Amino acid sequence: MKDDLPLALIAVFVPFSLASIGGGISVMAGIQHETVDVHHWVTARDFVDLFAISRAAPGPGSMLTTLIGWHVMGWTGAIIATLSLFVPSSLLCYGVALVWRRYRGRRWHTAMEMGLTPIGIGLLLAGVVSILRIGGGGFLAWAVAFGSAGLMAWRPRLPPLLVFALGGIIFIVARAIAEGRMAL
Amino acid sequence: MSDPSSRPTITAIFSVFLRIGLLSFGGGVTGWVFREVVTLRHWIEEDEFMSGLAMSQILPGTNIGNLSIYVGQRLRGGLGAAAALVGLLCGPFFSVIALVSAYSTIREVPFVDTAMNGIAAAAIGMVLIIVGRGARRFVMDPAAAMAMLATFVSVGLLHWSLPLTAFIVGTISVLVAFLRTKTHEG
Repeated sequence: MKDDLPLALIAVFVPFSLASIGGGISVMAGIQHETVDVHHWVTARDFVDLFAISRAAPGPGSMLTTLIGWHVMGWTGAIIATLSLFVPSSLLCYGVALVWRRYRGRRWHTAMEMGLTPIGIGLLLAGVVSILRIGGGGFLAWAVAFGSAGLMAWRPRLPPLLVFALGGIIFIVARAIAEGRMAL
Repeated sequence: MSDPSSRPTITAIFSVFLRIGLLSFGGGVTGWVFREVVTLRHWIEEDEFMSGLAMSQILPGTNIGNLSIYVGQRLRGGLGAAAALVGLLCGPFFSVIALVSAYSTIREVPFVDTAMNGIAAAAIGMVLIIVGRGARRFVMDPAAAMAMLATFVSVGLLHWSLPLTAFIVGTISVLVAFLRTKTHEG
């Protein structure tokens, strides 16, 4: 059974790589089902913790997959899970990008470029809304997001980590004030 | 940037994406790619970024992984794409694993969740910059503005199927664009 583990990791994550239209978030529920309910690689509680850790680390949220691999089989599992999630979709994307560049300048190419760009922006905004919803924070989260956008658009060379730290501090101050009020 | 000798080297691509991977706390990685590759280094034009962004979201796979492949391929072909993706994933790969062992300790620190939510909200600001740049180019283009709005309302507010939305709105939007390029050519 243990010998089949690497193959099982590949069999679970490769399909998600090719099914994840709309990004990693779109297959999170499916990954949770497969790894918690079907294969019992992690408990439901572990999954929530690993999700929180992947959010706290830099990089894409789909590094959650790396953590599941790590949890199951250490370094080998982490590498297998990460490659299974990223390689298939990347090869497909590479192929499309190659063909895409070859036909640059054709009329249908220009039309696709013009027509799809607004879809890309619309999806990006939809992603923003869902991320702010997951993080909670309501009005304050939106205010900080727009404030940070304004600040960084105005001063593009300002180190983003400075702006992020400011966002963290604003949230902590807001919570401290809210809790102080409740204590009174 | 059309001069091939001014194209960034594989090492430069790798180190910029390594930097993006390591610094992109709180999500918003797409915003980092825009900042590092378009705003600061002018490696690709804003137009090309926007078109790659749409492609990376519509194709399966993580948006940011696909976007790295697109940018790397555009700059240096296959090796460039590999350098961008590996660079992007290296830092986060070791960071998440390091965080697992530290997590139980970190969780005990008061306000850490609150700070993380604040950081994530600020990081979203970087993504909003791209939305702003995109929206600005749609002001003079009602068809594009409607396509953007329809996509956002359908996926972001009504939670309808993303592939179906992209397919329907995308088909209409591309057809409209196709008819308009004809009139442009006279």
